[in-house]
Amino acid sequence: MKMSKAKREALIGYMLVLPWIIGFLLFMAYPLFFSLYMSFNKVAITPYGIETTYLGWGNYKDAFLTDPEFMQKLLLFVKSTLVMIPIVIVFSLFVALLINQPIRGRQFFRAIFFLPVVITSGEVVQELFAQGAATIPLMDESGVIAYLENNLPTAWSDPLVDIIKRFILILWYSGVQILIFLAALQKVNTQVYEAAAIDGASPWVIFWKITLPEIKPFILVNLIYTTVDLFTNTSSDVIKLIQDNMFQVGTGFGYSSALAWIFFAVILAVLLIVAWFFRNREKTAYAGSGR
Amino acid sequence: MRDSPAAQSRTWKETDWRKKARLWTDRAKRLMWGRQGNDGLMLKTAVYALLVIIGFVYVYPLLFMVSQSFKSLEDLLDPTVGWIPRRVEWNNYVQAWNVLHYMKALGTSLLVSVLPAVAQTVSCAIVGYGFAKYRFPGKPILFALMMITFVVPKQVVMIPMFLLFKQYHMLETPLPFIVPGLFAQGLRGALFVLIYVQFFRTIPDALEEAASIDGAGALKTFYRIILPISVPAIVVVFLFSMVWHWNETYLGSLYLGNAMSTLPQELKTFNDAFKAMYTGGAKVTDVNEAIRMAGTLLIVLPLLILYLFAQRYFTQVVDKTGLTGE
Repeated sequence: MKMSKAKREALIGYMLVLPWIIGFLLFMAYPLFFSLYMSFNKVAITPYGIETTYLGWGNYKDAFLTDPEFMQKLLLFVKSTLVMIPIVIVFSLFVALLINQPIRGRQFFRAIFFLPVVITSGEVVQELFAQGAATIPLMDESGVIAYLENNLPTAWSDPLVDIIKRFILILWYSGVQILIFLAALQKVNTQVYEAAAIDGASPWVIFWKITLPEIKPFILVNLIYTTVDLFTNTSSDVIKLIQDNMFQVGTGFGYSSALAWIFFAVILAVLLIVAWFFRNREKTAYAGSGR
Repeated sequence: MRDSPAAQSRTWKETDWRKKARLWTDRAKRLMWGRQGNDGLMLKTAVYALLVIIGFVYVYPLLFMVSQSFKSLEDLLDPTVGWIPRRVEWNNYVQAWNVLHYMKALGTSLLVSVLPAVAQTVSCAIVGYGFAKYRFPGKPILFALMMITFVVPKQVVMIPMFLLFKQYHMLETPLPFIVPGLFAQGLRGALFVLIYVQFFRTIPDALEEAASIDGAGALKTFYRIILPISVPAIVVVFLFSMVWHWNETYLGSLYLGNAMSTLPQELKTFNDAFKAMYTGGAKVTDVNEAIRMAGTLLIVLPLLILYLFAQRYFTQVVDKTGLTGE
């Protein structure tokens, strides 16, 4: 039996991806559908099972028009997150570049910089917050916050102050990104650097002309990861609101599903903007790497 | 003044001195900024200073935890006691150990973190390879669908998932974490696929073409050629997957119910458990921060140990494969 090369390639491709397709059908498709369906219903969980009454767009209307908290929290959250994303990316790239240098004790420094990946998720972070280990006292004392509050319109000073207050948190949340960037930097061919240095390129030029284009695919990964991580981690206000609504008798699971889907739409919109922004500059690199 | 011979000799001296000075400043400059690249002293100092400052911010919570966890009640209340406690209170750890039911909870934690991590590391690599290196109809749609599953907040699908696992009779076992992991799903499965995809894409196609000319099939190429040079990606995925499963308390309490309890879950009920265990006794009345911190540290400890090993392995391997550039 002989197949054309393209056909055989497609077949092998399907075989490799097949586990994911099966998994998606078994564990993802139904819950997604179910939750979407619930968001159009009023849901009451009773001892006899789940009772639903069809509401149409009612839940969504409530979210936008009657809920006093949701829109306000959503807007503030989106704003501060949009500012945070580039900070995290630039910071993590910066640190990754630093610990990729031939410095003494870089094993030691690397070990330190990936530490947050291990310790700062879930319960432990909350514990540290409760104990006050996650704030910088210096920021309050130096009056930066007061300065911002006095000199900017509140629409922008609020998210900025929010960021400053969570600055340590921002640093901690970039552990994963640093790791991904470092792995990417390690893949860059060192001979290219040597050749560029011999040709007299300064480190500055080398960074912009060689390093950055080489690690571009990983910047996209990090952008996506950061966006999703910041939006969906359990310490975000909107997620908290959704979780609170889930078990409330008055609003119930249907309403919280609707909120979650709205939130999902917002995240998707942000991601699409990020991806679009990225694609325009990156078309050639993409076409070159995909087979 | 300029014409007098004495003055002339002085200007000579001056230029001589200037030459010398320039020589020295040049040397100093070279020492500070380096001839090229980043071997200058100034830059080096700046780099180290930055590393130390940022590093401190990162280690701070850990230091804080360690310091607090050894304090006795008097030290906690005494504001003159800073970082170093007057008396090392080991008892905090003993109590925390008991309250957490440490060995039992550690077993559960390992079960619901190592097994799913292994499953995800393997399955996501295979799927990622398919997405990265093969062309087939419908690939963009499948890929987009996968990205969507990554973006969906887990709160959206949590309750339907719960009902689903109930139907499959998987509740109160670690299976809800392991089985989806086998199919490249599960906790952030899509992200792991994405990491692999981006990693495999940087591997030049020529490598696989060479293997196929030598008569290796797709599977063999993947197993013998691709995987060995992908160790950094594999280590990263495994580490992330394990850590995230370890720290997942929300889904954990949902799926495991009361049948099993992981270490972070024990921390959630720490206060109540402590009261039930110790308030009956004579000396201790209430849980204090030091004991909670000791408990927190005990929970992160296995991860830290794993991390110490993985980290060493990670940087070594990364350096080794990174040097060849492939």
